[in-house]
Amino acid sequence: MINFINALPGAVSQGLVWGIMAIGLYITFKLLEISDLTVDGSFCTGGAVCVMMLTAGYNVWIAMLCGFCAGVLAGFVTGIFHTLCGIPAILSGILTQLGLWSINLAIMGMKANQGLNVNNHKLLVSLRYLQDVGKGTRPFWQHPIFAVGVFTAALIVVLYWFFGTELGASIRATGANGNMARAQGINTDRNKVLGLMISNGLVALSGSLLAQYQSFADINMGRGAIVIGLASIIIGEVVFGKLFVNFGLRLMAVSFGAILYYVVIQAVVSLLKIDTNYLKLISALIVALFLTVPYWKNKYFHSKKKVKTAKEVGGDA
Amino acid sequence: MLEIKNVYKTFNAGTVNEKVALSGLNLTLNDGDFVTVIGGNGAGKSTMLNAVAGAYDVDSGAIVIDGIDVTHLPEYKRAKYIGRVFQDPMMGTAATMQIEENLALALRRGKGRTLRSSITKAERAEYRERLARLDLGLETRMTSKVGLLSGGQRQAVTLLMATLQKPRLLLLDEHTAALDPKTADKVLSLTQELVEKDNLTTIMITHNMKDAIRLGNRLIMMHEGHIIYEVSGEEKKKLEVSDLLEKFAQASNGNFANDRMLLS
Repeated sequence: MINFINALPGAVSQGLVWGIMAIGLYITFKLLEISDLTVDGSFCTGGAVCVMMLTAGYNVWIAMLCGFCAGVLAGFVTGIFHTLCGIPAILSGILTQLGLWSINLAIMGMKANQGLNVNNHKLLVSLRYLQDVGKGTRPFWQHPIFAVGVFTAALIVVLYWFFGTELGASIRATGANGNMARAQGINTDRNKVLGLMISNGLVALSGSLLAQYQSFADINMGRGAIVIGLASIIIGEVVFGKLFVNFGLRLMAVSFGAILYYVVIQAVVSLLKIDTNYLKLISALIVALFLTVPYWKNKYFHSKKKVKTAKEVGGDA
Repeated sequence: MLEIKNVYKTFNAGTVNEKVALSGLNLTLNDGDFVTVIGGNGAGKSTMLNAVAGAYDVDSGAIVIDGIDVTHLPEYKRAKYIGRVFQDPMMGTAATMQIEENLALALRRGKGRTLRSSITKAERAEYRERLARLDLGLETRMTSKVGLLSGGQRQAVTLLMATLQKPRLLLLDEHTAALDPKTADKVLSLTQELVEKDNLTTIMITHNMKDAIRLGNRLIMMHEGHIIYEVSGEEKKKLEVSDLLEKFAQASNGNFANDRMLLS
């Protein structure tokens, strides 16, 4: 139990970092209704670019910006595969993800991982900072929970603004009803590409934060990212869905979902003492379960409910 | 205003499912024309509207709107000229977006989408007034998700969206067919009101021959992908449903039994 409590700040920090990737995924999965598998690759791309830039002596913000842009580029490629080349969305993502494997290795100088010496750089987040704040050798605002928390809040504000603009609303319409969008003069193909670009940019940004946090980038760091992202979205929806209706709050719920996910995983590891090897299996099962429940609920309980709501709404036009 | 010139369209060409949908279709509309379209199933009525709207490319021929050849223009670019209401009430609106958001999207049809706010205060006031005129109580539910509305309400909103930004051409594809008779009547009179107010050039497909005769200044009958009968003005006003049935029997060599047309 003490182990678990000691590990909590770390779990929350990691959850916040992954939360940004889940927010990116939310844009494709929920707004555009595309399951974008690019993220497994672009997450690592962001981390790799960030670490290499830092090592080359660039400022942490520039390194993160470059990581973001690399992710945007990855999303662009997937978008072109899907719209211009007519490849189904899922396959487009898989193709980009596979291609990124080689590209990520190339970015890291043909190595499977690249370390970062925490002492040589000013980072935004780091596991070391977390420990230092605990020891009192660093000010509280360098604590990862505080730093990433503020960063996430700023991101949500920007996204809330963007999806409230004419362009942002047209992206939402593209996902909500492509037919209607085109009838209203919206270029749905362009919007899908744009959505994939923003999404993967955020995913890569999250990857560059994780690389800083753990002080290395690894070719496998994005493996299963989409499952963690989906888990966060679903947990956020189940726990906060009724409370958080507004778009900005929904994004916040996604971030909270990611935190809960990591706290639960930490609990499983420290309290049940399960071999960490099984974590991916557990994650996959949790997500499968959470995706199954709403489907079954619809199938077996919705038909009765539907009649009732139609009456309640008063369908008389 | 609109010219459809010798348009051909075949689906699944070269397969067992080959279906000739449009075959030498010619139609010219003048400004302010309100054309009703009737014809049996598979006559090519919906295909004609979809070809005009750009939902798919035609095999040959040309479509010209206001002197501009739009034959190869993508659907979203043609939307600048065209307002549309579909047969399926689910198709014309985004269910997961608010009523006012849907209207705001429609107001910007044919304009660039910038980083300005997607909906302004002044617009909201206008939407409220327009919705109030529908007399469906929607003006108090502007931030409700469209998915909560009934089919008739959704069709009324779609109609409003199609005409909010005055279109050069209004395309109505059996937009009352999926509604119950009372609601259909209401949506139809709303259609009439909106079309007359702005003197919109309109094409309306219907299966109801009484409506086809009653509404509009022109009527065309389609069969096997082209127009087989056309009537307008005074002559149209004097038309009876029995006349139309007779025309249809002649054109299709009495081969129209079991057709949905007979039911209406």
